[in-house]
Amino acid sequence: MAAVTLDAAVHQRQEGESVLDALLRGGVAVPHSCKSGVCGSCLMRAAEGTVPARAQAGLKDSWKARGYFLACVCVPEGDLRVASVDDGAVAGTTIHALDYVTPDVLRVRLAAPPGFEFQAGQYLSLRNSDGLARSYSIASLPGEGFIELHVRVYAEGKMSGWLTRDAKPGQSVTIAGPFGACFYVPGRPDQPMLLAGTGTGLSPLYGVLRAALEAGHQGPIHIVHGAVRIAGLYLREELRAISISRDNVAYRAVVLDGAAPDVETGPIDKLAFAGNAKLTGWRAFLCGDPVLVQVMRKKAFLAGAAMHDIHADSFLPAG
Amino acid sequence: MQSTAPTLFEKLGGQAAVELAVDNFYRKVLSDDRVSRFFDGVDMDRQRAKQKAFLTMAFGGPHNYSGKDMRQGHSHLVAMGLNDSHVDAVIELLGETLRELSVSEDLIEEVAAIAESTRNDVLSR
Repeated sequence: MAAVTLDAAVHQRQEGESVLDALLRGGVAVPHSCKSGVCGSCLMRAAEGTVPARAQAGLKDSWKARGYFLACVCVPEGDLRVASVDDGAVAGTTIHALDYVTPDVLRVRLAAPPGFEFQAGQYLSLRNSDGLARSYSIASLPGEGFIELHVRVYAEGKMSGWLTRDAKPGQSVTIAGPFGACFYVPGRPDQPMLLAGTGTGLSPLYGVLRAALEAGHQGPIHIVHGAVRIAGLYLREELRAISISRDNVAYRAVVLDGAAPDVETGPIDKLAFAGNAKLTGWRAFLCGDPVLVQVMRKKAFLAGAAMHDIHADSFLPAG
Repeated sequence: MQSTAPTLFEKLGGQAAVELAVDNFYRKVLSDDRVSRFFDGVDMDRQRAKQKAFLTMAFGGPHNYSGKDMRQGHSHLVAMGLNDSHVDAVIELLGETLRELSVSEDLIEEVAAIAESTRNDVLSR
């Protein structure tokens, strides 16, 4: 008899019984409705064990890659450990390097702890020895030997204050994660992609861009970075170099206020969509300011991108 | 003798039909000035899942909705002014979605009738 484990409680599954039915029978309140794999109400995540393909039909590719499944039509062959949708690993590591990339964005590189698996574009929770914790997106690729984060520095920010004043290379920190499903999944190498973000929302986009190129993505990739002022733009040389060496990559920088060569002036939620009235068949990654992310997400969808091809990460300011 | 006539859900194409229709339907309600404000949810993935559950039910598919769920799920919208004209608009947009997928008029009528049957619960009457 196969078992389902959730929060340390083991639920035995009867012959042919779905994960949902076994959990409901065990008294776990799992939201559900159609019980036929259609409505998507009973979305869960498998932490260990194999999920049958039928239980992942119709989900976003990055959700499938993270083990998300529909519990009502999941009748696995073996045991399954089910996790809450976001439940990551914890690892100790050290600070590798700290440097400013703009007056208020600090690039933090951490030594990549062995066994800490992640995808560029996911996020982690960084904790210092005082127990302070903040979430940051990962800009680096697995295999680079370090984990790169872009930290917005706030005047009164606790974590950014600690990182800019007290933290030194070699210092120990703890990371938990990875979390989130804002990452590149290979398999559709010709699909056009729009990557648009504001501020340190560039961090996951830079990761997604490089992961896509590393995987041999051939379709056009439009990356648009927005900032309030010119000083808020960063990684400009790196992104320009990529767009010159790769025919399929176009990089645009936009600011609300100010003007400079190769920088467009105006709101990113308008400019990112200029020239691409139809996004049918596109994949979109939208990161940064929560209001702009919400507006751009709706625009991308109304322009024809399928919901399962839109990945959005809102950054809440927490310092 | 056991009936083997296909159900409405089967005639429409089942789960694949819901998957085909849901993004188009959601785009329509978000773009329609009469009803868009009721669908402007913060979490679009969750909102789409709700649309999918609604379409599954309206297509005659499996569901677990009770009248009470319908009332609870829409009471905050009734407080925002949801009324008969908005239910009419949603049923109209549902019909348009199906017409664009070349569904026959008699099946569209059956779907509209199922959606219609939830009207009083949706409007908390």
